Amino acid sequence: MGSFIVRRLWHGLLVVFGVSLTVFVVTRLFGDPVSLMLPLSASAEQRLAFAQQIGLDQPLFVQFLRFLGDLATFDFGQSLWQRRPAIEVVFERLPMTLMLIGAGLGTAIVLSIPLGMIAALRPGGLVDRIIVSTGLLGLSMPQFWVGLLLIMVFAVQLRLLPTSGMGTPMHLILPAVTLALTPLARLTMLVRSSMIDELNQQYVRTVKAKGLPFSHILRVHTLRNILISFLTLTGWELISTLAGYTVVVETVFAWPGLGLTAVQAIQRGDLFLMQAIVFVIALLIVLINIVLDIIFKMIDPRIDLN
Amino acid sequence: MTREILLEVDHLKVDFASRAGLVQAISDVSLTVHKGETLGLVGESGSGKSVSAQAVAGLISSPGTITGGDIRWRGQSLLGRKGERYARSVRGKNIAMIFQDPMTSLNPLMTIGNQLGEGMRYHLGYSHAQARKRAEELLGAVGLSAPARRLDQYPHELSGGMRQRVMIAMAISCEPELLIADEPTTALDVTIQAQILELLASLQQQLGLAIILITHDLGVVAGLCARVAVMYAGRIVETGDVDTIFETPGHPYTQGLLRSTPSLEGTDETLLSIEGMPPSLINPPPGCAFLPRCPIGTDHCRKAPPMQDWNGSVVRCWKAGTNAWLPGVMLEPAAGL
Repeated sequence: MGSFIVRRLWHGLLVVFGVSLTVFVVTRLFGDPVSLMLPLSASAEQRLAFAQQIGLDQPLFVQFLRFLGDLATFDFGQSLWQRRPAIEVVFERLPMTLMLIGAGLGTAIVLSIPLGMIAALRPGGLVDRIIVSTGLLGLSMPQFWVGLLLIMVFAVQLRLLPTSGMGTPMHLILPAVTLALTPLARLTMLVRSSMIDELNQQYVRTVKAKGLPFSHILRVHTLRNILISFLTLTGWELISTLAGYTVVVETVFAWPGLGLTAVQAIQRGDLFLMQAIVFVIALLIVLINIVLDIIFKMIDPRIDLN
Repeated sequence: MTREILLEVDHLKVDFASRAGLVQAISDVSLTVHKGETLGLVGESGSGKSVSAQAVAGLISSPGTITGGDIRWRGQSLLGRKGERYARSVRGKNIAMIFQDPMTSLNPLMTIGNQLGEGMRYHLGYSHAQARKRAEELLGAVGLSAPARRLDQYPHELSGGMRQRVMIAMAISCEPELLIADEPTTALDVTIQAQILELLASLQQQLGLAIILITHDLGVVAGLCARVAVMYAGRIVETGDVDTIFETPGHPYTQGLLRSTPSLEGTDETLLSIEGMPPSLINPPPGCAFLPRCPIGTDHCRKAPPMQDWNGSVVRCWKAGTNAWLPGVMLEPAAGL
């Protein structure tokens, strides 16, 4: 197990290196950071001075080594917009995003298991059909639209909840619900279908023949056995939330997390802040995958260490 | 026969709903199993032998339903609302079952020790440690090497024969009085088959276990069973002592079955078969189900034949005892044909 973790971390490091290389190539070679970050009215001297300040006058090889060194020390340069280290901005906004993801994805995870199981108990029954069609509805509604709809109903019409921003726990409800919807629908469908599959496995018949109650079969056998596919999808949802859904939802609800910050950084041409955000999210994704691999290995003894 | 009656299956009827219509998987099955005896249940695929066994073990679930008859354990019904509660205390404890395919009958993600122990913990109230200790003894008893090491292994680390031994250990863990073995050797290598059958026979001797052995292999029945019930198209067509039925099969189907079993002694024999196919179990004709394939069937057979005594067996045929495949010749053992 120990060597497995070390090997996975090594792979992770390679991925992070690949991401750094991509970021470097895209920003330094395909674009011009100077014209991106300085206003149009900047003079030629100002441009030159700025290029020297951020090291663009050095050979590419030296630039890349320096870039790697900066990454290793989490030094992404100054955010032009915020006028302080970019990484400081990321670490200030990241907890807001994690809080939103925790509330949204947490709700989805907690609700999807019982909903999917109830549906799986009587496939094709009334409850199953209600859950499946509601799930499909949830899947087909885009988040920005759901968010606006929720604001219209609960904030504008009913005046129950604030429209946007953060501060009180009440501020969290609408964005979290919006964020939860798609993962909830997808996870519920997965729990349902894998549960139906699992209950039809022959080993379930063996356990029934042993005279053990149905609740035991669910709790001890099938629920545990669908965990791998459930966690795989959960990990995927977590990653797409981190790298995509939050951008939309935080923008709609003006939630001051990393997603909204990314949009603002792009709008302001704040290259260093964008780099910091991309790098930190890539790092998180790699970490999530490593943790999942370790959990899979613990659940299923058949998964090969190599 | 004065031995205690354990299980009575009384005119049991099980239907399965399907898109094509109601499949009458078994339409009239009656069986009695006494303490310590081995009953063979034979018949071809789809004859209803497995469904009968699953009904006894409480494994019939949607789209299947028990629509008639009764199953009694020690005189008390296992069906109906009241029976269900009684059944929960009987199934797994007094009645245990093993299955055809040991490769898929175990949970792949649970250790052998835990799967063996869960029944004992539930039915006998064993602690985790007690169950583990007993599981180790059981694995030794069914002939697995290094039982202590097996406890923490997973099914994929064992071979098919070893898994079937685990299944058997699991089945006898709560010291049942009846073991239902549903084609326990069909999925195994021939050499392993004999070992598993020997194991079942020796366990029966040691534990005084009654066994219902479901098989399509008449050789297995001859070797292991005292009584046999032959099933065809959802009904029992002949039942009685193994020796009697093998010597003088009363039903044309039994005769055909014995005739089509290849023997090792014969040298110039060609393989014989029964022409035709079993009837569909959706809306079966009212009379004898074997009529379309029966060489001696007449119009009279369109009326359902009753079970009647013949030569010490019970046979569901109007012409019980007539040699169907060699008309005019009195009955002789199959090898003489």
